[in-house]
Amino acid sequence: MIDLLLGSVPFLLKGTAFTVGLSAGSMVLGLSLGFIVAFMHLSPSIFFKWPAMFFVSFIRGTPLIVQLFLIYYGLPEFGIRLDPIPAALLGLSLNVGGYTGEILRGAINSVDKSHWEAAYSIGMTPAQAMRRSILPQAIRVALPALGNTFLSLLKDTAIAATIQVPELFRQAQLISARTYEVFAMYLSAAAIYWILSTVISRFQSKMEKQSNRHLRAS
Amino acid sequence: MKNSNSNTMIAVTGLKKSFENNHVLSGIDLKVKKGEVLAIIGPSGSGKTTLLRCLNFLETPNAGSVRISDINVDTDIDLKKQKRAIRELRQRAGFVFQNFNLFPHRTVLKNIIEGPVIVKKEELSDAEKRARKFLKKVGMANKENAYPSALSGGQQQRVAIARALAMEPEVVLFDEPTSALDPELVGEVLAVIKELASENRTMIIVTHEMAFARDVADRVIFMADGQIVEEAPAKELFSSPKRERTKRFLKKILQES
Repeated sequence: MIDLLLGSVPFLLKGTAFTVGLSAGSMVLGLSLGFIVAFMHLSPSIFFKWPAMFFVSFIRGTPLIVQLFLIYYGLPEFGIRLDPIPAALLGLSLNVGGYTGEILRGAINSVDKSHWEAAYSIGMTPAQAMRRSILPQAIRVALPALGNTFLSLLKDTAIAATIQVPELFRQAQLISARTYEVFAMYLSAAAIYWILSTVISRFQSKMEKQSNRHLRAS
Repeated sequence: MKNSNSNTMIAVTGLKKSFENNHVLSGIDLKVKKGEVLAIIGPSGSGKTTLLRCLNFLETPNAGSVRISDINVDTDIDLKKQKRAIRELRQRAGFVFQNFNLFPHRTVLKNIIEGPVIVKKEELSDAEKRARKFLKKVGMANKENAYPSALSGGQQQRVAIARALAMEPEVVLFDEPTSALDPELVGEVLAVIKELASENRTMIIVTHEMAFARDVADRVIFMADGQIVEEAPAKELFSSPKRERTKRFLKKILQES
């Protein structure tokens, strides 16, 4: 049994690599999309606002697994065939984009009007005020929620197993089917997810401390 | 738009502002000469803060025009087409807020160089050099690396004054600069403003500090119900007010203090 477990290590590590890559890639793409969605939502023009609201509502109102199935199994009916990994990356990024868009919008709105006025009073344009005064403060407000989203994302990548992405959970499934070491394999997978989550949590609290340094009296 | 009358630094014409159906300013005309210090006093709700905020378009007036130095903004023309002029006007008119409004995520020095570097595109080293000069002027030279949250209200307000000065404005507008301060911190801020007044800067100060207004201002305006009720040289307005409304206000203030 020890041999069996040791033999499974390379597969689990390979799966972990896919999980980490998929998480990191979706977070970067999703967060970028989130900024776009937030700015569109905050726009006074309904041509920007409404599509953003519709998108956020759809993403938050439907299960991730259904979104992934729409992309991987549904889009081929329209001639759009994506491999499992691009399909998962697209689905997860859209999902993260919807959630972080809403987080960022709320955070930007939470910054007091007086900070806009301070920026305007020295002659800044709205874009300069946003970049130099509002966004840095909004991101501080958003950090805990963004960290939680990344944590959820890491665990949600397991759903990509259902569209054949060879990530950690999928590897555990394959090995346990082959070796009948069901409990050991899923426990190993759980342990790896747990370790990765802990790393993210640590990173999150470090970022929060860093961003709050100006609030500590010196 | 250029204006040939170079002796008048600020010219306000027919300025009106209402929120919903509430007329806060009902047609203000006002001129401030170069180097003049004008104090605006009046009961709360008289429109004095709104007037000051309309001067640099933090509040959008419904009618009238504002000229500061060589920049004129007129509400008869679509304000959306005068965005650049409004930003230019704001650079000429430094604004000091009641609640300081420093950038909380930036150190004292970074707060001050923000405008010069980002808006005026000055070299960082030049901006820092000048920022230190202004910090020294307001007595905050040893705090350049502190964050605003580590400072007292009086210190924050002095930094805010340095931030306004760093843009080298031609006019400084003070909106109740000591109203949010603990009583023992009022003096240090008033001393800084007094020093600026002695340098012949053009300033408008909305204030509740009557003794300060009398000592520092060249001229005082008393506002009530969105109108200028009375204006006179500072000493004259306080010693012999002419209008009944002014007398009542001053009497009440003196009784309270």
